[in-house]
Amino acid sequence: MSNDWPLFEVFIRSRAGLEHKHVGSVHATDARMAIEHARDVYTRRQEGVSIWVVRSSDIMASDPAEADSLFEPARDKVYRHPTFYAIPDEVKNL
Amino acid sequence: MYTQALDSLGKDCLPGGSADSAALEARFQARVDADEKIEPKDWMPDAYRQTLIRQISQHAHSEIVGMLPEGNWITRAPTLRRKAVLIAKVQDEGGHGMYLYSAAETLGISREQMIEQLLAGTAKYSSIFNYPTLTWADIGAVGWLVDGAAIMNQIPICRCSYGPYARAMVRICKEESFHQRQGFEIMLALARGTPEQHQMAQDALNRWWWPSIMMFGPSDTESKHTAQSMRWKIKRFTNDELRQKFIDITAPQAEFLGLRIPDAQLRKEEGSEHYHFGTIDWSEFQAVLKGNGPCNRERLEARRSAHDDGRWVREAAAAHAEKQRARTAKAA
Amino acid sequence: MSGADAQTNTEASNDARLRYLLRLGDTSLVLGQRLGEWVGHSPALEEDLGLANLALDLVGQARLLLTYAAEIEGKGRDEDALAFFRDAPQFTNLTLAEQPNGDFAQTMVRQFLIDAWQLEIYEGLASSTDTRLAAIATKALKETRYHFRFSSSWLVRLGDGTEESHRRAQNAIDGVWRFTDELFAADEVDEQMAAAGVAPRLTDLQPRWSARIDEVLREATLRRPANVSYQWHGKRGVHTEHLGHMLTEMQHLQRTYPGAQW
Repeated sequence: MSNDWPLFEVFIRSRAGLEHKHVGSVHATDARMAIEHARDVYTRRQEGVSIWVVRSSDIMASDPAEADSLFEPARDKVYRHPTFYAIPDEVKNL
Repeated sequence: MYTQALDSLGKDCLPGGSADSAALEARFQARVDADEKIEPKDWMPDAYRQTLIRQISQHAHSEIVGMLPEGNWITRAPTLRRKAVLIAKVQDEGGHGMYLYSAAETLGISREQMIEQLLAGTAKYSSIFNYPTLTWADIGAVGWLVDGAAIMNQIPICRCSYGPYARAMVRICKEESFHQRQGFEIMLALARGTPEQHQMAQDALNRWWWPSIMMFGPSDTESKHTAQSMRWKIKRFTNDELRQKFIDITAPQAEFLGLRIPDAQLRKEEGSEHYHFGTIDWSEFQAVLKGNGPCNRERLEARRSAHDDGRWVREAAAAHAEKQRARTAKAA
Repeated sequence: MSGADAQTNTEASNDARLRYLLRLGDTSLVLGQRLGEWVGHSPALEEDLGLANLALDLVGQARLLLTYAAEIEGKGRDEDALAFFRDAPQFTNLTLAEQPNGDFAQTMVRQFLIDAWQLEIYEGLASSTDTRLAAIATKALKETRYHFRFSSSWLVRLGDGTEESHRRAQNAIDGVWRFTDELFAADEVDEQMAAAGVAPRLTDLQPRWSARIDEVLREATLRRPANVSYQWHGKRGVHTEHLGHMLTEMQHLQRTYPGAQW
């Protein structure tokens, strides 16, 4: 078994109105310590106004080998995008 | 991130046949050639993974060991402003080490393993930190020259093919920009200070110049990793290219300071932006690399003591968290 | 009151104000200097960054307080003249702040006791009649709240961690408890500052500090030592042997090259 403290992933909201973004990881014994460590490691220059931490082992990720079946099918559904529709220039506010 | 996931990936998902492997490798190289970023769970050749682990962990170790020579002057910084700046700078280096360990951990090695390698003396770190900081001017010289050389080495890595490493480097380069400037500012104050201070600055330049330009590594003809690393876009410029660039921008700065670079052959080439410089004594580089530099022993000893003396603290925190979890479970 | 009396009063209160500011500034400086010794040698990399953050905050507080003190003194000195050209008897930090780092438990106990003290002091000073001091305290209070979170969390982890960490933490608190009497022992400077509405009254703060300490000690399963009645006088320049050594190191360059600019 590892003697190092468990790994936590760190997400930071850089300012109000923006989403939390993954910035890296820290080692800590629990969530409280992980937040303290994330504060000291990732916000020394006012990079954040809010921190999320989550145990790395609790993150479920999609499998890159399945990327084709997960994401490729969206490629040909161009009708989901507004530019797919031809609207005469004279028509405003659409 | 995904450390555990990668451990199993290593066993189950690596290609079995060599034909498969060749196809995967070709596809991988095509992605790299197209400047796509490789991310932790993507397939990658084992040699690519190992090269990155070696390079990123060495880089992380360098940041951590690099805290020691400069930390040596925190308690003796000559003004309160200089003290605060130095603490912030050494702290940044610790932070950079952690960003890098974090990036390396995405490749399936734990920080604990990397630190064990460092403490066992089997992992390398930048030899520059095996030189002593004897006077306050050394803090200026380290910031100006060592951080200057490091930045030159690091900026191209911001575009490295491996996503987590590239992202860590972007953050590091952004933060490093004040390090070199504060070093130069210290040198400037000394160079323009009393004759004793000027001499202190010159002496520091004399001792740090050659080790700094050796930081770019062996000459291209000698460097065993350069070609493959460039193909993988882990490396973007050769050692000699970066070294030349560093000398070209640093020589005029020394002149501005009124200090003499300790190289009798250094001169600007006619009709060129480049400086010609003298022969590097690679035997010294090799000696320091092999562990016979002035401070190799002290640096590793300091890291080992911190690690050993801190063990009971780390264990206490883990034990407390365990007790808390048990209490919460019982209450629920 | 005659004009001459008023003049004397202002001077007296300016002298008290100067002495009060030096005590606060010196305590932050000396504690910051001690924490600086840890950087690069902490029990975990994360703690290196954490301790450095505390050190930076404390050195920052010291600079603001000493700069203000130097201005009140009006003798052309600045923060560095005060930090680097006074000898131990002129330093008026709390004796507790200068105690050596020892192991991590000793450092955290020292930090915790002073953090809890600074919390009360800065909170009181935030509404000082001295607006400049109030502004400094308001800034320092935010920093100190985090320091207290940091040190009290660690004290709980160490106290309620392993057998070894519990023993070390208890030893640490037993070792320095004798210096805590000084934290709330008011003298004429404190009295004058409180009367002028510049500083909070120490006797008012003591019970809150004490309650805060007890709460954390309880969670940390640590025993509060019995009070020892020896009065330490760091605030009056009477120190333990440790301060002289610390200053020797801290002041080395300024003393060796007097008059040089750095």
